[in-house]
Amino acid sequence: MPEIHPPLSAFLARSEASRCLYCHDPPCLAACPTAINIPEFIHRIADSNPLGAAEVILSANPLGASCARVCPVEELCEGACVLGAQYRPIAIGQLQRYATDSAYATGRPLFQPGPASGKRVAVVGAGPAGLACATGLLQAGHAVTIYEQNPLAGGLSSYGIIPQREPLEVALAEVAQVVALGAELKTGVKVDSQLCQDLIQSYDAVFLALGLGQVNDLELPGAELAQDGLEWIASAKLAPNNLRVLNPVVVIGGGNTALDCATVARAYGAEVTVLVRRSAAELRAYPHEVAQAHALGIQFRFLAVPARITAEGVWLQDGTLVPAAQVIRATGQSGSDLAGQLGLAQKGKYISVDAEGKTNLERVWAGGDCTRSRGMAATVTAVRDGLNSAASIDHYLQGERAWRT
Amino acid sequence: MADLSINFAGISSPNPFWLASAPPSNSAYQVHKAFEAGWGGAVWKTVGPALLNVTNRYGGLHFPGTRLAAINNLELISDRPLAVNLKEIREVKAAWPDRALLVSAMVEPTLAAWREITLMIEDTGADGIELNFGCPHGMSERKMGSAIGQVPEYCAEITGWVSSVSHLPVIAKLTPNVTDITYPARAALAGGASGLSLINTVNSIMGVDLENLQLKPAIGGQGGHGGMAGPAVKPMALHLLSEVARLPETSSVPISGMGGISSWQDAAEFILLGATSLQVCTAVMHYGFRIIEGLTDGLARWLDAQGFPDLASCRGQVLSQIVPFKQLDLSYRVAASVDHSRCIKCNLCYTACEDGAHQCIDLTPLPLVRQDDCVGCGLCAQVCPEECIEMVELPAKFPATTWQELTQANPKIEEWETMAKFRAENGIDIH
Repeated sequence: MPEIHPPLSAFLARSEASRCLYCHDPPCLAACPTAINIPEFIHRIADSNPLGAAEVILSANPLGASCARVCPVEELCEGACVLGAQYRPIAIGQLQRYATDSAYATGRPLFQPGPASGKRVAVVGAGPAGLACATGLLQAGHAVTIYEQNPLAGGLSSYGIIPQREPLEVALAEVAQVVALGAELKTGVKVDSQLCQDLIQSYDAVFLALGLGQVNDLELPGAELAQDGLEWIASAKLAPNNLRVLNPVVVIGGGNTALDCATVARAYGAEVTVLVRRSAAELRAYPHEVAQAHALGIQFRFLAVPARITAEGVWLQDGTLVPAAQVIRATGQSGSDLAGQLGLAQKGKYISVDAEGKTNLERVWAGGDCTRSRGMAATVTAVRDGLNSAASIDHYLQGERAWRT
Repeated sequence: MADLSINFAGISSPNPFWLASAPPSNSAYQVHKAFEAGWGGAVWKTVGPALLNVTNRYGGLHFPGTRLAAINNLELISDRPLAVNLKEIREVKAAWPDRALLVSAMVEPTLAAWREITLMIEDTGADGIELNFGCPHGMSERKMGSAIGQVPEYCAEITGWVSSVSHLPVIAKLTPNVTDITYPARAALAGGASGLSLINTVNSIMGVDLENLQLKPAIGGQGGHGGMAGPAVKPMALHLLSEVARLPETSSVPISGMGGISSWQDAAEFILLGATSLQVCTAVMHYGFRIIEGLTDGLARWLDAQGFPDLASCRGQVLSQIVPFKQLDLSYRVAASVDHSRCIKCNLCYTACEDGAHQCIDLTPLPLVRQDDCVGCGLCAQVCPEECIEMVELPAKFPATTWQELTQANPKIEEWETMAKFRAENGIDIH
């Protein structure tokens, strides 16, 4: 499945890069959760130096290749671009992808480990937050073991981002860099409460990047007829040829995951209707993704409250039937079970952390979707959390080392 | 619509745009096609002695998103047999009696050789002869082209040879690769030239390929300087045109201007600085003969908008504004003013003023110029992508005066102590 945007050629990349004004105190940089020096990397592209550009990006955001594809740039850097008010903002995401793809195409290691500190950190969860934290820690010289319950590392980048937006290979290439940097990666290991306690005891620090749990059940008659949207996206990503798509498809939910499910179904040729409980104005999905969905011919029904699901489709509370051969639910995810079992302080379904990512437990940090400390469920905010905690853990371990010697 | 026709030393042309002597005027096929498209004239690619060209003869200066800001070339004069050129010139002129068809020539610097080529060109029915005193590479090593243009005595002598033989207008084409172009210009006129054309290409090395460490272009691993043309040379061409156009000797002699003309705006500028006809090469090599439509339409509309009935009524109109620095009014005072309603907050003006000028802009957070401190250099207005910075005129702090007047009145003003006193008396504070 090709990516939504074709890659930029070197010529187009340089042309686009040359439009960048190189603002003083650039607003794009201020809008980037990982504070990538955007004008600097763009000017390196304009100067025919894509590897130098990638270094600027990856030194601030080790998952720059994923973020180039999945960042809600309209809400962040590109939305802040001064050229956007009257004209087209610089295609920062596309340029970042051009630079990082150039770097990955070299096949060389992109990160250097720091001098060994003798400290060991366990990272639970190999999604963006976990990988970013691991990168930061390894660059600081700490040994890192990553525990991942799924067969593949990468988290939502591998399982939850639709392939049109980010191919699996991109996510796995980023994982490979973290392994090349020195991480010990243990996949297929479910960290339960007991194992987690053991990790806390045996490692110098633990970073929890647990993500969220299952997609919430619908709790209405016929709910078992609706498929889990995230599982469905994972199938589309990992086994696209085996994905079973019927026609028509109804997706229940109004967030970005619902739109992703709808986009996949549409790509397989189905007529798709998205049922949203709220009004159009209250949609949780990003406006640009809603616009893309409209452009793909995806239908929306707002203020549509499902009452029951039958073989004919989804019956709404107002008595109307929305015909469906296949129903997919993308109605938000539950929190992680582990948090409660470990005695972590929580706020709703999210683990409570301070500004550095510290939890209420000694030597335990957390970040990414399981904390959603930045209010935004984006890869880039998870990366920021991971790097933040890595810096905090490093500071803690350095202090401990000083104290012990 | 305004009248675009011109008369250049007796040669009439329906519009001022001529193909320059260059690859686009290399053959009857091309010149026919150009005239069909609407070009007013053409100067046939230089004819002369036998030669062989090299391959890989162009280098380009490209900016991201903009190809060919300049092109340099190592191409020689026409490599088609002389007889073929002469035959085609005759055919083209016969087919297009209303267009200007001139022939550029260069031969070995002997009276006999120039006499022979002149008679051959006359015999074609062409409207005029352009003496190529400009090409800076290859032929110059054979004592032609810029080897002549760089020695005023040679310019005068050869122009004299041709003028004494020819009944046609003789135009000397000058090289910019000299310290003072007025010397060869005056020499050619003294030799009897009926017009001048300028500029030929500028000596250049276009660059180095950083992959294989070879010159661009490389000819079997070697290279050398070429002649540069295209938009990047326009400011140099305008300057040299203005130098020549202000000579008393050119008051009654037409000048054919060229060097980077790509748009009707360029054309208008050349005319305002004294050109009668305009020659174009690089823009045609880049975009083809079709550009003539936009050139003539834009130029005619501009003349109409300005109220000029024809080109003669505005020709050279700006030349009288050119004065030496010492005659500029030192009391004239402008300062930058940012239109905040159009500012997009890139703050490049701030960076430019801080690092490249006189630190007179504050971010409030919108950029605000401290006009009392502003030296009025205008850098900020140059960098502003929105063009929302205007240099506004402020009241002068002292009566109008020039450096010439100041130094005549008080020669000691060239010393810092006296200068400091003058500045203090007139409220000039430079931090």
